Amino acid sequence: MWLNKSLAAMTLLVGGAICALPVWAQVKIGVISSSSGPTALVGIPQKNTVALLPKKIGDLSVDYISLDDASDPTASVTAFKKLIAEDKVDAVIGPSGSPNSIGVIQFAAESGTPMLAPVGTAAVVLPMTEQKKWVFKTTQNDDLIARALVEHMVKTNVKTVGFIGLNDPYGENWSRVFSALAKDHGIQVTASERYQRADSSVTGQALKLLAAKPDAILVAAPGGPSVLPETTLYDLGYKGKFYQTHGAALPDFLKLGGKKVEGTILAASLMLVLPEIPESNRSKKVAGDYIDAYQKLYGVKPATFGANVYDAGLLLQRAVPLAEQAGKPGTPAFRSALRDALESTHDLVGTQGVFNMTAADHSGFDERGCVLITVKDGNWVRIK
Amino acid sequence: MNAQIVLILGQDGMTNGAIYALLALSILLVFSITRVLFIPQGEFVVFGALTMAAMQTGKPVRVIWLLAAFALVAVLADVWIRYRRHGRVRFTAGDVCALLYPFALALLLRVLPLAQLPIAVQALLTLAILVPLGPHIYRLFYQRIAEASVLMLMIVSIALHMALVGLGLFIFGPEGARTTPFVDYPVQVGGVSLNSQALLIVAIAVLLIVAMHQLFERTVYGKALRAVAFNRLGARLMGISPVLTGKAAFFVAALIGTLSGIVIAPLTTLYFDSGFLISLKGFVGAMIGGLVSYPIAAAGAVAVGLIEAFAAFWASPYKEIIVFTLVIPVLLWRSVTSHHLEEEE
Repeated sequence: MWLNKSLAAMTLLVGGAICALPVWAQVKIGVISSSSGPTALVGIPQKNTVALLPKKIGDLSVDYISLDDASDPTASVTAFKKLIAEDKVDAVIGPSGSPNSIGVIQFAAESGTPMLAPVGTAAVVLPMTEQKKWVFKTTQNDDLIARALVEHMVKTNVKTVGFIGLNDPYGENWSRVFSALAKDHGIQVTASERYQRADSSVTGQALKLLAAKPDAILVAAPGGPSVLPETTLYDLGYKGKFYQTHGAALPDFLKLGGKKVEGTILAASLMLVLPEIPESNRSKKVAGDYIDAYQKLYGVKPATFGANVYDAGLLLQRAVPLAEQAGKPGTPAFRSALRDALESTHDLVGTQGVFNMTAADHSGFDERGCVLITVKDGNWVRIK
Repeated sequence: MNAQIVLILGQDGMTNGAIYALLALSILLVFSITRVLFIPQGEFVVFGALTMAAMQTGKPVRVIWLLAAFALVAVLADVWIRYRRHGRVRFTAGDVCALLYPFALALLLRVLPLAQLPIAVQALLTLAILVPLGPHIYRLFYQRIAEASVLMLMIVSIALHMALVGLGLFIFGPEGARTTPFVDYPVQVGGVSLNSQALLIVAIAVLLIVAMHQLFERTVYGKALRAVAFNRLGARLMGISPVLTGKAAFFVAALIGTLSGIVIAPLTTLYFDSGFLISLKGFVGAMIGGLVSYPIAAAGAVAVGLIEAFAAFWASPYKEIIVFTLVIPVLLWRSVTSHHLEEEE
C-alpha cells in the first residue's frame, strides 16, 4: 500500500516536472504526399525530400508530420483535416496531385492554414479568390510553360497543333491555357483529344490527331502516361514535331519512350539540364545542393517533383521568422502572419527559379523558371 | 473515317478484346468452380508484365520472395491443421517440394544472366514464378471459407486486390514498364502495317481458348472441374475434392493472367495499379455472359475491346463512360430474358 502511494506520488511529481519544463518553441508543418497509388511516381520523391527540409528555422525547431494520401482526393481531405485538428499544424506542404490539392483548398481557408501546393495545375491559385488566398504554389504556372512552348512554335513556324491531354484537371487546365495562348499567336488547334491515365491504348485518339494533320502535337500529362500518345503516334507514322509539358520531365520519360521520343521539345525546370546552365543563374547552386543532398541520402537523382517540396521548405524558411514576430507558433495569429509573409516573398532563389509573390500571383515564377529542353540521343539537352 | 482507320481501330480493339476475353474466361472459370469473383486477376497481368520488365532491365526479381512467403505460410497452415487433427508435426513430400521450389527458383534467377536470355525463356521463368501464386492464394485466403456466401468471398477478393496492389508498389516501384516485343515484323494488309505483336496476342488468345476447350471436353480433370461448376455437392459425392478443384481453377487463372501480362507488356506501359481496369473490362465481358456462358463472355469481352477502340476515336473524353454504361442495358436485357436459378444462399 505504502509502495503504491509513494509510486503514485512519484508519478505525479515527475509528471508535474515534465509539464513545468520550458517547452521548446516548435513549428509544426504537415506534409501530404501521394507516396502510394497512381501518382506515386510524383509523391515518392516528394516524401523523400521531407528529410532534406530545414529542421531549424531561426531559434524555432521544425517538426514535420508526413502523411500519405494514396493518390485519393478523399484521403487527402481526411489527412488535411487530421493535420489541422489533431496535430494543429502551422502550414501544410502538399498534396501531390492536382485534384487532391483542389479538394483541400476550402479547408485550408476555413482553418486559416497556409498551404504550399507542389502541384502542376495553375487552377489552385488562379483565378485568385478569397479561399485561394491561403494557397501558394511552388511550381511554374501552366501558362508560363505554355508561353515558352508557344513562342517556340511561332519561331519554328508551327501553324497547326493537335492537343492530347489527360482527362483530369491537369489536362483540362492545359487545354484551356494552351488554346487561349495559341489563338493569340495565330496558331490553330486542329484537334483536341483526351485519354485516361490507365489507358493501355490510345490508338483511337492518335488516329483522330493524325487525320487532322497538324504541324505539331502537344501532349499534356504528368509522369509516365505522357509517353503513350507519343509512341503510338510515332508507330502510326506521324512525322511532325512533338511538344510535351513539364509533367513529362522525368527520367522515366526517356526510359519508356526510348528512340521514339527523340527530338521532343518541352519547357521545364532547369534541373534537368543543370550542367548546361550558366553559373550566373542563381538557381543553379540551390538546385545543385538539393540534388547532391538527395543523392547522398537515397543514391538516386530526385525528380523535379521533389524539388517543388524542397522549394516549399525554402519559402517557409524565409517566412517563418517574419511570422514569429506576430505570434507564437500554433496560434491563428502566427498562421495568418505566415500567410502574409509568404505572400510578400521577394527575390527568393529556389531550385527552379526565383520567387516573387504578390497578392495576385501565388506562384511567383517569371520566365527564369523554365528552360526549353529537347531529347537528343536519349538525354535531355537544352535548346539554345 | 475510312477503311484504313477502321482497320487500325479494329486491330487495336481486337488486341485489347483478346486480352479481355482471356480474363473474362478465367474469371468465369474461377467463379463457376469456387464462386469467388476473382478481382485480383488484373494483378497477375501486371505482375507478369513487370516481372518480365525487371528481368530485361537487369533489376532483381524480388517478386520471388512473395512466392516464398506465400509458400511458407501455406505449408505452415497445412502442418498446423494436421497437428490439430493428429497431434503430431509432420511434413509431407508435397510440403517439402512447395517450400524448396521458390528458393531453388530464386537461386536459378540469381545464377542466370536474365537480361541476355531469349524472350521465351524469360517468359517461362516469369510463369514459373507467378503461376504457383494462384494455388497458394486459394489455399491461404479462400480454402477455409469455401462455403461462405458469394458476398463474403467477394469482400475477401477486394481486400486481396488492395493488398496485392500495395505489394506491387513495394515490389516493383511506381515506375511504369514496357518490354521488348516478341516479334517485330510489320505485316502489310490493305496499305496498313499491322503490329505483329498484336497479331501474336490474338493468336495466343485463340490458342488458349482452344486449349481450355480441349481441357474441359477431353480430360478427366477438365470434366471434374466442369462437374464441380455444374453441381458442387453432387461432384463432392462423386469423390471430386473441392480443394483440388479450387486450386486447379486458381492455377489456370494465374496462368492466363500472367501470360496475358507477358504478351501485352511490349504494347503498352503498365503500372503496378493498371491491373484493376483491365480485369474490370474482363468482368464486363463475363457479366455479358451472365457469369455462366463461356462463348458469350468471350464475345462480350471482344465487343468491349472494339467499342473501347471506336469510342476512343469518336469521343475520347467519354470512353470509359461509354464502355461501362454498356453494362446496364445488357444486364437489363439478361434479367428480363433469363430466369435465374439460385443454387444456394
